Amino acid sequence: MSTLRIEGLHARIGDTEILHGIDLVVPAGEVHAIMGPNGSGKSTLSYVLSGRDGYEVTAGRALLGEQDLLAMEPEARAAAGLFLAFQYPVELPGVGNANFLRTALNAVRRARGEEELDAVRFLKLARAAMKSLAMADDMLKRQVNVGFSGGEKKRNEVLQMAILQPSLAILDETDSGLDIDALKIVADGVNALRGPQFSALVITHYQRLLDYIVPDRVHVLANGRIIRSGGPELAAELEAHGYAQIVAEAA
Amino acid sequence: MSAPTGGSAAAHSFLSRFEGLKSRLPGAAAPREAAAASFAAAGLPGRGLEAWKYTSLQPMADASFHEPFSLLAPCEELLALVPPPALALDAPRLVFRDGRLRADLSNPPDFFSSFSTAPELDADPRPLVALNTMLAEDGAVLDLPAGVDGGTLLLIHLASDLHGQPTAAHPRHIIRLGTGARLDLVEICVGTGCYLHNPVFRISLAANAALSHVRLQDESTAGFHLASIDVSAGAGALYDGFTFNAGSRLGRAETIATLAGPGARIHLDAAQLLRGRQHGDITTIIRHAAPHGASRQGVRHVLDGHARGVFAGRIEVARGAQKTDGYQMNQALLLSPDAEIDCKPELEIFADDVKCSHGATVGELDADQLFYLRARGVPAATARLMLIRAFLDDAIEGLEDPAVRATLAHVVDQRWSEPAL
Ligand SMILES: Nc1ncnc2c1ncn2[C@@H]1O[C@H](COP(=O)(O)OP(=O)(O)O)[C@@H](O)[C@H]1O
Ligand SMILES: [Mg+2]
Repeated sequence: MSTLRIEGLHARIGDTEILHGIDLVVPAGEVHAIMGPNGSGKSTLSYVLSGRDGYEVTAGRALLGEQDLLAMEPEARAAAGLFLAFQYPVELPGVGNANFLRTALNAVRRARGEEELDAVRFLKLARAAMKSLAMADDMLKRQVNVGFSGGEKKRNEVLQMAILQPSLAILDETDSGLDIDALKIVADGVNALRGPQFSALVITHYQRLLDYIVPDRVHVLANGRIIRSGGPELAAELEAHGYAQIVAEAA
Repeated sequence: MSAPTGGSAAAHSFLSRFEGLKSRLPGAAAPREAAAASFAAAGLPGRGLEAWKYTSLQPMADASFHEPFSLLAPCEELLALVPPPALALDAPRLVFRDGRLRADLSNPPDFFSSFSTAPELDADPRPLVALNTMLAEDGAVLDLPAGVDGGTLLLIHLASDLHGQPTAAHPRHIIRLGTGARLDLVEICVGTGCYLHNPVFRISLAANAALSHVRLQDESTAGFHLASIDVSAGAGALYDGFTFNAGSRLGRAETIATLAGPGARIHLDAAQLLRGRQHGDITTIIRHAAPHGASRQGVRHVLDGHARGVFAGRIEVARGAQKTDGYQMNQALLLSPDAEIDCKPELEIFADDVKCSHGATVGELDADQLFYLRARGVPAATARLMLIRAFLDDAIEGLEDPAVRATLAHVVDQRWSEPAL
């Protein structure tokens, strides 16, 4: 089972410590939200968990099931079931979206000991996923994220998630820049994966997304620490009073 | 009287080969003797010459080059080095082995004749051309009459060492397209071991003729490839050249292209993927000699290990060449701190109503792009290859024939997957 277990995690960028000791458990099958003011370390946490260069973990650990995430290469983490929907999806000029998706899917399937999909079976799977995300077919022919609108980029992230079928998804402000229709589509995409084998860490600024992806737990991250945790009602409280009061209480 | 030595062991070996071979070389003796005298005096081009500032022939200077044994030698292994998508092209084919036509492996089109039957040799003092003039035994002479569409033609050059000894081949190719004639020439050079392939191309295009010339230099990484290509394009004619360098230890293509008639167009696009200690030099001179001409050059280098790329591109616009449009862009991707690119653009403009631009970029693989791919499960090596291909594809995608694009993509994958020297 793929419980995410983060214990005493400290991480720095250069000489600056950003995460000052994070403790967090997301049991398999649950969706947790992380909320917090800008600059509190939400994206840093998502990058440290997915293995981006430039972050030094100085203490603590992060396990996905039995696996020590922090000891693994980024691609091995993906194969182990981790998926990060980027806050700022990266453009890949010259790389076609279909080729990108199929290469990623087959790399992950190979690493998981599953057979690779040929072009026909892949296209069938991709088209079905795109349909449920209300994406136009020509999206597959375009270069990855190049010339995509903000909303298209976010939808493309969710498409990748739908195709790669992770056991733990981290969605970093996937709601930002989406209108309400797109937001519902994205939420449907996440909810479709929900089940005992899937857990998610939904990073968001606003309660709005959490009306559609109802979390089991909500955590407030401020200045590199989780300062409060609670049920879904915590999101509503934050929406009503803002972060200032909670941050002040915790200080 | 002792034979002149030309300075290096290599030059000496070429001159003695000429002494031994000259009575059997086809055609008139005079131009060969003149070329030999000129080569003996100059020797291999040295870095003192402006055109050779960034490329040293020192790595081949100490080798002695031997006569290849090419007319009966088996070619199956060498042909297997030609990328499968190219062999699958439904086109007539000329196969040369060590500079000599292999009729048994070729099915020539009717506009082909062999250089050996009526050698045409002009006087050109550049050392490598003089070397070719002195020793050229064979080559493709392609004469397309006015209005003829020659379709696609595959020109394959196979080379190898001889029992571990370096060999040398100096084919002379002459291509003439009559008014409005067309040809798509796909040239592929492969080989094994150490050898020198020193081809000379003389290309002239009459009014409104169009030649597409794709060169795939995929020589042995122990070999040397030194090509000299001269192009003259008449009024409204198009020379659409694309060079891809993936092979040879030391490769250089020097192209001198003249827009001789009004409205001529010259494209000299190129890409190279070099690894280990490979050295690749793309040197071009584009001469706008007539008005309303357009030239375009997009050059992309991917350099790994200790590889070194050179691009020297000179655009000359003569006084009368008004309304010239010249564009040049040189882009390099350096994959290692030890890789190196030298870039020397030069504009020499004597007309006042012209549009000429040039630019250059040098960069590394983008860390965010690499991480994005890896975060999706793509292993680092595959992710790098995808980004390299994307960079090169920008240059390759302009090629019309899908089989040619597939050929180049095949070579990129092939070269990237084998261990570098
Ligand atoms: N590359 C970086 N170099 C230095 N500081 C950084 C870098 N990236 C982020 N930070 C700092 O780390 C802190 C947390 O940033 P981030 O994780 O992006 O916050 P959030 O996602 O919660 O808005 C901020 O103070 C930010 O300025
Ligand atoms: Mg952020």
